Amino acid sequence: MTELSLRGLTKRFGAATAVEDVTLDIPHGKFVCLLGPSGCGKTTLLRLIAGLEEPTSGQVLVAGQDQTGVPTHRRDFGMVFQSLALFPHLSVAENVAYPLAIRGIDRATRRKRAAELLEMVRLPDVGERRIHQLSGGQRQRVAIARGLAIDPQVFLLDEPLSALDANLREHMQVELRQLQQRLGVTTVVVTHDQKEALTMADVLIVMDQGRVQQMGAPMDLYRDPANAFVAGFIGSTNLIPCRLSGRVLDMPGGRVALADGDRVKCPEGAAVLSVRPEDVRFAEQGLPATVGFIRDLGESVQFVLERDGQQVTALFAPRERPSVGLGDTVRLAFEPGRLVVLAP
Amino acid sequence: MTRLGPLYLIVILALLMAPLVVVTGVSLNSAQSLRFPPQDLSLRWYGALFQQADWLGPLRNSVLIAALASLLAVAVALPLALHVWARGGWLGRALYTLGVAPFMLPPVITALGFLVFWVSLGMYGQFSATVISHAVFLVTLPLVTISLGLQAIDPALIEAARVMGATRGKVLRTVVLPLVLPYMISGYAFAFVLSLNEYIIAYMVAGFTVETLPIKIFNSLRYGYTPIMGVVSVLFVVIAVVVFCLIGRFGNLPRLLGAERIRD
Amino acid sequence: MKAVQQKITPGWLGAIPAAWLAVLFLIPFAIMLSVSVAHRVPGGFFEPGFELTSYARLFTPFFGRILLTSVLVAAGAALICVALAFPFTVVLTGLRRRAQTLVLVVLLAVLSLSEVIIGFSLSTLLSRTAGVGNLLAWIGLTEAPQAYTPSLFALMAGLCYLGFPYAVLVLYPPVSRLDPELGEAARIMGASPLRAFVTVTMPVLRAPLAGALILVFVFTLGAYLLPQLLGRPRHWTLSVHITDQAIFQSNLPFAAAMAVLLLLVALAMVGLALLLGREKGTPA
Repeated sequence: MTELSLRGLTKRFGAATAVEDVTLDIPHGKFVCLLGPSGCGKTTLLRLIAGLEEPTSGQVLVAGQDQTGVPTHRRDFGMVFQSLALFPHLSVAENVAYPLAIRGIDRATRRKRAAELLEMVRLPDVGERRIHQLSGGQRQRVAIARGLAIDPQVFLLDEPLSALDANLREHMQVELRQLQQRLGVTTVVVTHDQKEALTMADVLIVMDQGRVQQMGAPMDLYRDPANAFVAGFIGSTNLIPCRLSGRVLDMPGGRVALADGDRVKCPEGAAVLSVRPEDVRFAEQGLPATVGFIRDLGESVQFVLERDGQQVTALFAPRERPSVGLGDTVRLAFEPGRLVVLAP
Repeated sequence: MTRLGPLYLIVILALLMAPLVVVTGVSLNSAQSLRFPPQDLSLRWYGALFQQADWLGPLRNSVLIAALASLLAVAVALPLALHVWARGGWLGRALYTLGVAPFMLPPVITALGFLVFWVSLGMYGQFSATVISHAVFLVTLPLVTISLGLQAIDPALIEAARVMGATRGKVLRTVVLPLVLPYMISGYAFAFVLSLNEYIIAYMVAGFTVETLPIKIFNSLRYGYTPIMGVVSVLFVVIAVVVFCLIGRFGNLPRLLGAERIRD
Repeated sequence: MKAVQQKITPGWLGAIPAAWLAVLFLIPFAIMLSVSVAHRVPGGFFEPGFELTSYARLFTPFFGRILLTSVLVAAGAALICVALAFPFTVVLTGLRRRAQTLVLVVLLAVLSLSEVIIGFSLSTLLSRTAGVGNLLAWIGLTEAPQAYTPSLFALMAGLCYLGFPYAVLVLYPPVSRLDPELGEAARIMGASPLRAFVTVTMPVLRAPLAGALILVFVFTLGAYLLPQLLGRPRHWTLSVHITDQAIFQSNLPFAAAMAVLLLLVALAMVGLALLLGREKGTPA
């Protein structure tokens, strides 16, 4: 069942186009991440869904109903803002119960529901406190509790974890995901951190320059990127310029024959090969390169190789670490079935 | 519903500008009477202003007083603002309150205070008395604007300059003053415009000997109407608009007045 | 106000303005205080002495009525001004920079108009032979052109006109610093724009609003020309009487006594405003 549908959604601010012709369907109960670099239009898209911005053209449909003309306050969504936007003049419990108070729900029910929500985000005793008395992580949870107060159809979050430090962030990513799975609410999160997106999302939507570049399950995007931008944005990859003819790639230093599982996404001629660092091997035969830098990260070892004025990164688990040193010449081969050839 | 906001703005602005429209209309009336809408539009009174000695005198007085008093006000406000910003403390706060007080209180009090002061000193009725009185009264404006400007300076800039070897004096001269200059200028401009229009202090301190334009206008209102009053008013408004437009054009007016996040 | 860590100004820098203000501000007040208890010389200025006759006159019904008029008129103007200025400022801060600059220039130009010009133009606008009176008769709403001045209505209109730009400028910094996402959050949680304004925007700005009210109150309390130009003698406020006594009745001690009273009232109000500002802590 489709929860949220966008049809030809476009938003222009004067001469600049923030969102260009976005059409997609988001299924019910899924955790969706809008991912992209700053300025790609993901926040604008979220705000269009929320009704905080009016589209220049296009429609927003929720469970089949056209919500495009409906003002924000009648959409029954929940939202967490980047700045959290917790009301300083209300207590924590009053903040959480605000959506209920606006809808005229009586005091006793509000109080009970606020307590339930705070319990759910594991902040059972802070109801009477004021916002400025809470830590960053605590405020985060209050904002989430408030967003879920009315059991919304769609739960929207705009870079919700960006203000937290690294450790707390990773922890909250897991908590948020687990919460969503428990409640089953359709959730759309905007983030610029691809690791975060990969951790939490059922569906990833990668955006650049106002357009959707690719949409799908995270691992699908990882293994099968549609273009060089997605390949480079999700995880890290090596993008090597080459020429494609048939199933053979020509590049300075040698040729690479494509195996059965390797994917080709462009016509013959100038192309770009995307190969992930963990799929690069040192072999007897292959493209020559020199070891330029070794990064020992404890959990993995990264070799930065220089070849033909370009850099190629190779990643190994510690126990597979090849015994080469700085300045050594190696020959590169690629794991068959993992290559993707993309348009330049 | 979203149209309501800007509509409200426009309505209020229209109401605010209504008297200005009236005054302009009055100044264009060819006959020597106050009529609005004006009959027989004519620009003769604009020419007349610069020919009649009894209007030119007050005009000269007002401009001179405004220019000098504002300069003095900025000269006093700058060290005060710097001191409060750099040193803080209870003395600083007390001084800031002292600097802000003349403007916050009803002007008639300040005016009366100055009246008795100058009388005691035997300087009642003198030009310099008006200048100094205005300067004290208007200190608040550059004080507030310069303080705003100082607060906007990132402390890291000062520290960086010190680390790079600048003496305190050099830091003040090469880092602080240039950053605060726009605020000094806007403070001067505000003080200038307000001094031009100030009535009661000028009146009480030297009203009978040093006639400024507002005094002249008020006297004219009692004793005889001529459209020259309209002309003078239009002139004042034009000066103010030009000054503030210049500031708006070359500076960041919203920022100068204390705004933080401004959409472009 | 956070003091910069590095003390980059010489210690004596504060002494100059301090001396200036002390001599030219505190001393006049001290003299005025002494004048208020001095002996009045009819037709002249005053003679040093100590009598409380001037203060005694403050307790007469005549004076009581003057004080009441001044306070009520100022309070009324303050309420109307702030009620009009607050939504105005909220809309203003939402505009783009160029539009904001334009509106601010208009406001500053209005603000720089002297009381005398405002009084003059409003009295023209509301008089019988010009402006509104003519307009309404021409439309047919009234039989013949009427004068709307001098009157309490004209005076209040003038005072509001006078105080409006100040109210906006005082509310401008705190309103512009308000996180716009607070209002958006309220709206997405179900509050209509009006309800969001009343339940979130206004309470968060409680302190600046109170400050603005007090500021405009003190400011209009000191209006001198408008009560004379737009109001009848019974509308004359304290400031008018002070000047009247000082210049025309040659009763400086009484004028000084009234000024001291006005000063105390104004100080009390400003002190209240500062207290309110500090109570809420530094604005976030």
